[in-house]
Amino acid sequence: MEDSTPSTVNLQPSTIWDALASVPDPEIPVVSITDMGMVRDVTVGDAGRVTVTFTPTFSGCPALHVIRESIEQAVRDLGVTDVEVRSTLTPPWTTDWINDDARERLRQYGIAPPAPTGEGQLIQLDAEPTRCPRCGSLNVRMTASFGPTLCKRMYVCDTCREPFEGFKSV
Amino acid sequence: MTTTPSISGTELTDPQTQALLLKLTVLADDEIILAHRDGEWTGHAPILEEDIALANIAQDELGHAGLYLSLAQTLGGSDPDRVAFWRGPDDYRNTRLVELPKGDWAFTMVRQFLYDTAEALWLEAATRSTYAPLAEVAAKAVREEKFHVQHTALWVERLALGTPESERRTQAALTELWPHAAQLFQPVEGEAELTAADILPDLNAVHARWTDLVTRHLVDKCGLTLPDAPTTQPGRDTHTEHLAPLLEEMQSVARQHPDAEVW
Repeated sequence: MEDSTPSTVNLQPSTIWDALASVPDPEIPVVSITDMGMVRDVTVGDAGRVTVTFTPTFSGCPALHVIRESIEQAVRDLGVTDVEVRSTLTPPWTTDWINDDARERLRQYGIAPPAPTGEGQLIQLDAEPTRCPRCGSLNVRMTASFGPTLCKRMYVCDTCREPFEGFKSV
Repeated sequence: MTTTPSISGTELTDPQTQALLLKLTVLADDEIILAHRDGEWTGHAPILEEDIALANIAQDELGHAGLYLSLAQTLGGSDPDRVAFWRGPDDYRNTRLVELPKGDWAFTMVRQFLYDTAEALWLEAATRSTYAPLAEVAAKAVREEKFHVQHTALWVERLALGTPESERRTQAALTELWPHAAQLFQPVEGEAELTAADILPDLNAVHARWTDLVTRHLVDKCGLTLPDAPTTQPGRDTHTEHLAPLLEEMQSVARQHPDAEVW
């Protein structure tokens, strides 16, 4: 997207990005929607119209409406009246976009961060290796391949005996 | 059901648009009906983790239906909620495979395995569609479908190689479901033209890949026996007696509250 200078509102895209960085993921509140790489584009039009483009994590994610409304509200809180929130599927969201700082916060929260996705193996029968977020051991077992939300699965660590959630690599 | 596919430069002719609308409806119908059958296990699955897993899978399939129907809407189709909740059994175009009652756990897992492998392979091929909005939808959905395949492949293996009882039930499920699974590869009217234009995947090629994949798993790995598939069978407009009561239940809330704006 080209860089457009707002004529009526003195608002830079970076200010909007900063505001969106404080919008939590509704299902994992220790990370924000920008940490997760869900916000793909922010533009400020000539008339001060702000357009935010985001991409869903999972197509059936029930939090999409909440995220959409939270984005709109965060931009309105900056004094913007004309806000458009768009969604896009391209490129499809990948856990590779979750930034390093957010991965560390996920780990401290008790969720194993996702492993690199390894593009080109879309249909694989074996799951990726996962490390216990508490003790760091790779001696873990998946106890359920689906978890409390679409983006996670359940594990137990055979070294420290802790059950934990792990992010799917998508 | 809100994600809007991006606008593409690909121009479709009117017959192509009509055929694609039908194909998208057919795909969504299979997802919706199977999701409902999976949802019937909520609170009833053998263990809590599987209860949650099937609910997750159902949620993904509904998400895919939402993608297909949103794309159909941009091509001139109806509102996705109208399509899902206001068509009766005469208008649904799902396969009989997905409408059969949920049966036992082996039946549910074998059906889901046959369906998930077919869906994953079709989607993988559809990522190369020359119609960009469809390629985008497929690229999104195939990433989710791989988790279904991993899960159901493992369950079928566990059941087939488990006890004599679990093996008997798994083989019985496969014997009943196998002829119906072939219906997933029946083209819709006008599909050949879309395939020729590389808008839709070549269904015969996907069918061949699917047969190879499931044969390796079911026969070579799990020791199950594949029955013969019927050479001819009725189309997607022919349903069993099981679809009408399913729709009656699934659509009851929407039909009781036709003006509801918030669920």
